[in-house]
This record gives sequence, C-alpha cells and structure tokens, in this order.
Amino acid sequence: MSATGTIIQAYESLKKAAVIKVEALKQKPLVLVGTATCGRAAGALNVLQTFRDEISCRNLDVEVKEVGCIGHCYAEPVVIIAKPGFPALCYGSVDEGMAGRLVTDFLINDDPCYEFAMAALEPNDQFPTFADFPRGVYEKKIILADCGLIDPEDIDHYIAHDGYAALAKALSMGPAEVLEEIKNSKLRGRGGAGFPTGLKWEACRNASGDQKYVICNADEGDPGAFMDRAILESNPHQVLEGLIIAAYTVGAEQGYIYVRAEYPLAVTRIRTALEQARERHLLGESILGSNFNFDIKIFQGSGAFVCGEETALIASIEGFAGVPNHRPPYPAHAGLHSKPTVINNVKTLSYVPHIIRNGSDWFKSIGTPDSPGTAVFALAGKVVSTGLAEVLMGTTLRTLVYDVGNGIKEDKPFKAVQIGGPSGGCLPESALDLPIDFDSLQQAGAMMGSGGLVVLDEDDCMVEIARFFLDFTQKESCGKCTFCRLGTKQMLDILTEITEGRGKPEDIDLLWELAEDIKAGSLCGLGKTAPNPVLTTIRYFRHEYEAHIQEGRCPALMCKELISYAIIPEKCSKLCNVCIGSCPVEAIYTRDDMLKAIYLDKCVKCNSCMVACPPQYKAVVKVSPPIVERGGSQDEQLSNHNN
Amino acid sequence: MEFQDGEAEVIRAEVDGVLQRHGLERENLIPILQDIQSRLGYLPKEAMQQISEALKIPEVDVYSVGTFYNQFRLNPPGKHQIKVCMGTACHMMGGHIILESFERRLEIKEGETTSDREFSLERVACVGCCALAPVVVVDEKVEAKVSPIRVDGILLAFEIESKKSEEIEKPVEEEGRTQ
Repeated sequence: MSATGTIIQAYESLKKAAVIKVEALKQKPLVLVGTATCGRAAGALNVLQTFRDEISCRNLDVEVKEVGCIGHCYAEPVVIIAKPGFPALCYGSVDEGMAGRLVTDFLINDDPCYEFAMAALEPNDQFPTFADFPRGVYEKKIILADCGLIDPEDIDHYIAHDGYAALAKALSMGPAEVLEEIKNSKLRGRGGAGFPTGLKWEACRNASGDQKYVICNADEGDPGAFMDRAILESNPHQVLEGLIIAAYTVGAEQGYIYVRAEYPLAVTRIRTALEQARERHLLGESILGSNFNFDIKIFQGSGAFVCGEETALIASIEGFAGVPNHRPPYPAHAGLHSKPTVINNVKTLSYVPHIIRNGSDWFKSIGTPDSPGTAVFALAGKVVSTGLAEVLMGTTLRTLVYDVGNGIKEDKPFKAVQIGGPSGGCLPESALDLPIDFDSLQQAGAMMGSGGLVVLDEDDCMVEIARFFLDFTQKESCGKCTFCRLGTKQMLDILTEITEGRGKPEDIDLLWELAEDIKAGSLCGLGKTAPNPVLTTIRYFRHEYEAHIQEGRCPALMCKELISYAIIPEKCSKLCNVCIGSCPVEAIYTRDDMLKAIYLDKCVKCNSCMVACPPQYKAVVKVSPPIVERGGSQDEQLSNHNN
Repeated sequence: MEFQDGEAEVIRAEVDGVLQRHGLERENLIPILQDIQSRLGYLPKEAMQQISEALKIPEVDVYSVGTFYNQFRLNPPGKHQIKVCMGTACHMMGGHIILESFERRLEIKEGETTSDREFSLERVACVGCCALAPVVVVDEKVEAKVSPIRVDGILLAFEIESKKSEEIEKPVEEEGRTQ
C-alpha cells in the first residue's frame, strides 16, 4: 500500500508543478502556431516567424508556441490565439500578412478579427465553436483531442492535461488488473487487421522468458494515411504513456518505437519527449518510484512498406532486410531476438491511457459493440475539407464524406472512396450508407487498413487507381513468396496494357484468377491483400474496365494514352492567350482566325492549358477515345475524327 | 566510380567515426548505414566493405540491406534533391504530371541525377501531407499543391540563386585581375 502511495504522490507533485506552469501561461496572450509537417508545407514556419518578429519588435508580452496538427489540414496554416478576456479563437489559412494584422488588431487593439476566425475552442457568447459545425457534431475526439492544442515539446502541457495519470493508476493497479481492463475494453488493434489488443498482451504476458519487448509500430507506409505522423508530431507523450503501460503489463524492460525515416519531425519530437520523460522519472529506472524499470529506443525505418508487417519489422530492427517470417510462432511468443514481443500501432497505444483513466466500460459505451471506440480517418482526395477526422465506429461513409468532409470539391458527383490504402479497396456510391467498422468493411471487400480515405470523383479512373496500387505493391513486395513477387508483376502488366488501350477481353477474368492465387499463395498481409484494389474495382466498376478494353475509351478521361486535349473553337476567345503561355512545350498555336488550337504531336497532356483556360470560356476539353494521332494540328485531326 | 583526390580518405574517416559512435552488433547495421548516408549522401562500395569487416558479417549481407530499403542510395545524389510524392492522394491530384514536368525540365528520368550534378529526381511513396496534394519535397522543404507551372518556378528560383552567387564571386575575380 505504501508503494502505491509513493507512486500517486510522485505523480501528484509532477502534476502540481505542471499545472502551475500551464496556468501561468494563461495569464497573458498565447499564440499557438500549428507546425506539424502539413502546416510547414503550407508555410506555417513563415507565419511563426512573422508572429515572433512582430511581437518582439513591438515589445509585447505574448507567448508564442509551436503546436501540432488539429486535423483541419484544408485550412493550414492554422493559428490559435488565446487572449485573456476573449474566447480562444482558431484562424485558418493564415499568411504573413494576416499574422501581422492579428498582432496589431487583436493582440494590441482588442479586435479579434472575427472575419478571419474559423471557430472558437470553447463555448462562449461571441463566436461559434467547432461543435457548431457538422464536422464538430460528428467528430468524437479521444486520441486526437489534445493534438494541436498542447505543446508537443513540453511534457508539462501533457501532464497538466491529465497526462501520465493513467500510468500512475496502472502502476498502482498491478499488471494483472491492467490486462483485465484492456481485455474487457475490447480494444482492437488500429494497424488494420483489428486483432484484440488484450489477447495479444495476454499471450505475451503468459509467454515464458526472462526478457520481453514492446514495440510501437509507427512505420506508416500506407500512401494516403498520415494520422500516425500527426499524433507523433502533435502529442508524442500519449503514445509513450501507452507503450509504458503495455510494457508494465507484459513485463518488458525494453521498448522500441519503429518510425519511418520519412518523418524527420516526428523523430525529433519523440526524441525530445523521451528525454523529458526520463528527466521526470516516467521512463528509466524505478518509474514514479515503483520497482518497474523500462526504457525506449527509437529505430528509424528505411522506407520499406513491408516493414509495417510485424515479423518484417522485427527482422529490420535486428539488422536484416525486412522480409516477413512464417507465423506461428507469433511475436507474442517469439519475436525480437526470439523473445516474447508485443507490437502495437501508434493509435492502439494512444487509446490505452484513456481506457485506463476512464475505465473499460466508458470505452465500450463508445462506437459499436464489436468495434468499440473511435476510428481516425485521413480524409484526402476530392473532398472539400481534407484532414484528420476522429469519428465513432459505426459512422457511415456518407456522414464522413458529406458532413465531416463537407462534400466533394466543385460539387462534382461522388464516384468512390478508396479506403485502407493498398490493402483496402474502392467502395462505390451504394456503400455510402455502410456503417464503418472492422467487420463491415471486410465484408464489402475493403478493410480498415490504417485509415487512409481517398475520395474519388468522376474524373478519377478506377482502372488507373487499381494500376497505381498494384504498381506500389509490386515495387514494395519483398520477393519472398513467388505469387506475390511474380503475380503482382503480371497483374500490373495487364492493368498497364488496359490503361494504355491494349487490353484484351479475357484480361478481366485473368486478373480475377491471378488475384485469388496471390491471396492464397502469400505469407504476409502485403501479398494477401495486394489484389484487393483490383478485386473491388472489378466488382463495383466492371463497366470501366470494359470501356477501356472494348472501346479504347477512358470514361473518367484520365488514362493518358486514351485521351487527347482539344480546344473547342466555339468556346475559345480571340482575346485570350492564357493557354499559350501555360503550355510548357509550345504545343498551342494561334490559328488564322485568332482562335487557339493544339498540335497533338507536341502535346504532352500535362493539363496546364485546361487549368489555365479562364472559367468563362472553359474551351479546353479532353476527348476519349483519343483523336487519332498522326501529327499536325488539332483542326485537321478534329475534322478527320468527325469524318 | 572514380574517386577524386582525397575522397577515399574522407569516406574511410567518416565510416570510422560512425562505427565508433555505434556499437559493432548486427542490430546496429541499419542505423550505421543511415548515419553514413546522412554524412556522405550515399553508400559508397568502399564504405560497405569497411562495415562488413568491422561488424564481421559478409559483404553480401551489408549489400542486401543497402539495396532492400528504398532510403539507401548507392550513387552520389545531386546538389539539390527533388522528391515527388507518389502517394494515393498525390497521384489522384496529378502527382504523375508533376513528376513528368520535372523529368521534362531536367531532362532526366526519376532516379537519375542531372549531368552537372545539380539536381537529382526521385519518387517517394508518401510524405504524409495528403491533404495538400500534390506534394514535392525539395531539399527537405515541403512544397504543397504543386502545379506544372510551379515546377518551373521552383527550378527558376534555383537558377536565380546560382546566378546571384556567381555574381557575388565575379567581382572578386575581377579585382584580382586588376591588381
């Protein structure tokens, strides 16, 4: 009992100091600039510099801090300003000019510039909050709750938000009880397959062995998913806390975070987080005064998608090429250095502190009975409000695309969502009302994967997207299993032929047959799921395959070999030359009547003219099947084509 | 590949330094290779041989790890590295068009370096900025929502910069001549 007392005491003193520090920050105006990788891409560092320069040259008593990502990526760079006496306000698409104005108008002169504000953070009687918008209504933030609001490089911000309280609680509960809590919560692994986390931990805990390991899998290789990066950049301590609790439960003394080398900022922020956690005795010898010792090493992946598979990841840490091994034995019995090892995804570990703090019954009350909790999606593609969204399990795709994502860009018709990356599939409009959880997606032929969700509209060719994913899996196949190594290559070749107009009628059946064989003949998840994009597109969009093969036509006007660009003379204006300037290869010329036309043999189909053509003319069009290319100008070709 | 004067010695010294910082266990092979690449820009054959001797593992094992992972490069990169993101979102938003624009402007294919060693062009699987597609990473700086015209702009900025630095160097030369 006295041991429990010291743990709680140690934590309480940490928390007290943290709260005092954070409360002190609230006494003066505070500017938070979102500088995760996505914010930086949009120019957040320039905005940050502007704030710092303006504030220092005016001698203002204002604190400027870098934070992570609040998930509203469409509005990057995002800035939050909390000034005493005003609601904390969030501003989107901030540039240097706006930053300067916010300093003079708001920080100096008390005008909060409501016209630029997106939303307030907390309810108030002056300005709507995020919860007043559809996105806020449907979002239920658990693991993203603190992202973008706390300083990821200062552990005290996390502790002041109840951070590491779950660790203190777990240490006083004892490992057996923690395991019961996690098992009872029915938490399922967020890496894609949805395996119950509690069972994994139990297997490792019961495995015999003096040395055990826990690994956080942050090898987010799935193109189209970026939530693990966002969490690690915005709230790294949440992941560390989950990993420490996992280690305590299974009895490990050494942990690893396996993070992609493509995420340099995440690596830096984890490194800082580890140092700070060690300083406060939350890591290292006798954590929080208990007799539990544990430390974490960072291991940087080197750009191999297959290393997201747990046995390949282990091989990689051991210093070998990341080639998967046969399971069983499962890593929980014989993993890293043949010792029992638990490997969990970033998101899975992020839920752990919340479950311990609030109890498993709380967690089970959220989401669906078989998949409790929330799901994090990375909304991208042709959706208006791109970014990270955390919604209840069981939310429909329609809600996700139209309410959370605010619909399709330019109000074009919805065609499909690609969900789950290279392992997932494309779901059509009929699946929009499908409640999303692990099992329903699998039935529809897709899978949760890591939660990448790319919205596609009528301009996206389904054969091309299948080819894109096969191109990816074929390149990333480690080469161990024949079916995966050669089968994906064959499928890619067939799909390339189809997208280039040389498809044969029997190709669709051949693809289907190959897909079944690759699934059956592959050892790991990469091969077993690689055919999913092809199978789902054939299942739901067979007519597009047929149009390519039988008519040499790409219905979405995307496959380059099957389209050509043309300028409609009736729509073109004599007074406008924009397209000529936009063309990088001088393929556009002025006709005798001053209208513009395209040399088809010069055109590289880069789409620049189509983008450049002013909206009042919209004279540039794509034609499929292509105008027969024999060189010469578009006029001759158009007339030949018509004849 | 022919080394210039002193290059082989630099490699040997760098590798020695890196090997001293890491332990000589097999588990450290990938961190060692990463460290060497961040210093030299690529993995020279000589460096891999030296590692194999130090770690007491066959050369082929070092080579197999060096060629398995996409991150490692066996040839020296250009002065400026251009990485075009080819993730799903970037592909659907026109990433392939951006890659082609770079290929056309630089007159090289992906994976190659221009003959003046100024630029090298690569494709990467995903840099995790899908909401800002299509994305290009130019020397660690992430460029969002790139268009074929922006491609020209990016390259033009480098051209102007190199002209400027030439101009700064020039007067010094002229001064030297008059004296």
